[in-house]
Amino acid sequence: MPTNPETRRSLPWGAGSDRLYNMLNTSNLDECRALARRIRRHVVRMTHRAKSSHAGSSLSMADLLAVLYSRVLRVDPARPHWPDRDRFILSKGHAAAAAYAALAERGFFPVAALESFYQDGSALAGHITHTGVPGVDASTGSLGHGLGLACGMALAGRRDARPYRVFALLSDGECDEGSIWEALLFAAHEGLENLVAIVDYNKIQSLGRVEDVMPLEPFADKWRAFGWAVRETDGHDLEAISTALDAVPFAAGRPNCVIAHTVKGKGVSFMEDKLLWHYRPPDDQELRLALAELEAS
Amino acid sequence: MRAAFIRTLVELAEADSRINLVVGDLGFGVVEPFAARFPTRFINAGVAEQNMTGVAAGMALCGKIVFTYSIANFPTLRCLEQIRNDVCCHGAAVKIVSVGGGLGYGALGVSHHATEDIAVLRALPNMTVVAPGDPVEAELATRAIIDEPGPCYLRLGKSGEPRLHPANSRLDFRLGKALTVLEGDDLTLISTGTMLATAVQVAELLAGQGMQARVLSMHTVKPLDSEAVLAAARQTAAVVTLEEHSVIGGLGSAVAEVLAESDQFRVPFKRLGVPPVFTSLVGSQEYLKAAHGLSVEGILNSLGEFIWPRLGQRAFAAAL
Repeated sequence: MPTNPETRRSLPWGAGSDRLYNMLNTSNLDECRALARRIRRHVVRMTHRAKSSHAGSSLSMADLLAVLYSRVLRVDPARPHWPDRDRFILSKGHAAAAAYAALAERGFFPVAALESFYQDGSALAGHITHTGVPGVDASTGSLGHGLGLACGMALAGRRDARPYRVFALLSDGECDEGSIWEALLFAAHEGLENLVAIVDYNKIQSLGRVEDVMPLEPFADKWRAFGWAVRETDGHDLEAISTALDAVPFAAGRPNCVIAHTVKGKGVSFMEDKLLWHYRPPDDQELRLALAELEAS
Repeated sequence: MRAAFIRTLVELAEADSRINLVVGDLGFGVVEPFAARFPTRFINAGVAEQNMTGVAAGMALCGKIVFTYSIANFPTLRCLEQIRNDVCCHGAAVKIVSVGGGLGYGALGVSHHATEDIAVLRALPNMTVVAPGDPVEAELATRAIIDEPGPCYLRLGKSGEPRLHPANSRLDFRLGKALTVLEGDDLTLISTGTMLATAVQVAELLAGQGMQARVLSMHTVKPLDSEAVLAAARQTAAVVTLEEHSVIGGLGSAVAEVLAESDQFRVPFKRLGVPPVFTSLVGSQEYLKAAHGLSVEGILNSLGEFIWPRLGQRAFAAAL
């Protein structure tokens, strides 16, 4: 679902449309942990069903998404286009499965719609797509686009004295793209303190380890040298992520960067820190093992 | 044309606070009036066209109308994927402006020859492609693309293009509707962008020999005014397209698509444009146009070579 022409390309809006918007996210860490686990469960189910890639990339950022969608982002599933909502741009669009899962869990559309991921006639494309998907602020998929888009949104918000913040979640491999560094220069020059770049630094890119393919270190120093205020955090420690994101803006007049040290495939032991799981969908047996591990976690 | 553009943009921005201008560190002597009048709506994104375009798309998705501005191929080909994915895919209100479309920066070399831009941008979904033919059209096009909600490409000449429409002609300028600059029933010259002055000169010479050429300014290449093309094919004996652009993919191709898919009309047809090669010639816009057969003489020669023989001696004896 949804596969018939009537519902094709558009998911039902705001499953919780009668809910009151809750500006202050009050979910506690246990609830946040439970959300992260549900996101991971969705990811392995979705990639299994779809026989799709990028399970590892989705799992590495599950904790970041759980914190964002339960404790940080000021969004309202009943009003996906609310002008003052915080924006979230998934610049690593290939990890769409996890983002769709977070949106569904947050009430932007029914969880059952996740079953349509990758399927003929679905709205849920393999790379994150805004068309017909409530809660997705921008489509991406080609790397290196999200931060520039986020800069424009942050600049517009500041010029209009709007209260919203803009969060862009980047992969480490995508920081090979020159356009990312163009955006770094721009954001610092414009002093976009309402902009938060989060890097899911899982240390593995498409053809190998980041340190071998195209080393980024000293990574945090590079961001700092470009004029950003930087915090590094364990990208699987929910409290640490939360503390970092709660501290935004980190410094007056500077854009914010959170370098989240993560593990590709985190949460499923046989997927962790393995390049293979950038590509390989879990088979039936692997799905069972993965779900069992996630249940036990 | 660029003077008409910036003058119009400043005027419109006075009334519409959504209008922003983002430049890629180019526009010396052009963009200053906007920057001075609207300092918080003018952004120099530096020599970084990918980010310039991404930023523009992001702003547009937050309610702005954003013009990006640079020269030649920089605001188009350099950041093509940002245009495709960030701008077009989101239907963002980004208006891409390039100065020097065609051979305007002739002597600067092939890096500065924008001769494939129409072809490439025409292929992108949601993109409107506009190449005004004189400063009057440039002003009207600037107004029109602001009213058009989606992505637009405005391809301008460099500077000094002659005014071809009377100042108070009250042109009925609409995107996607060709302007008839000269009436005629013998053959039709369809021009886009900076070729319009040359087209008018050719038509005037033909008129001196008793031949009435219809001149259409096809300022909007996409969506193309197929009605005007088919009317030309029905009502006149030949159709010739003129563009300062590769013969592949631009106006000539767009017109050919319409003619080829029409089973009603068979009309002698010729595309005149820049051959799809990187020229080793160095020279001014006029020099390079002449070298590519796009001067008045070159066009008359092409008519003699390709069109007159196919029409027979009957109507055009005087020209031979």
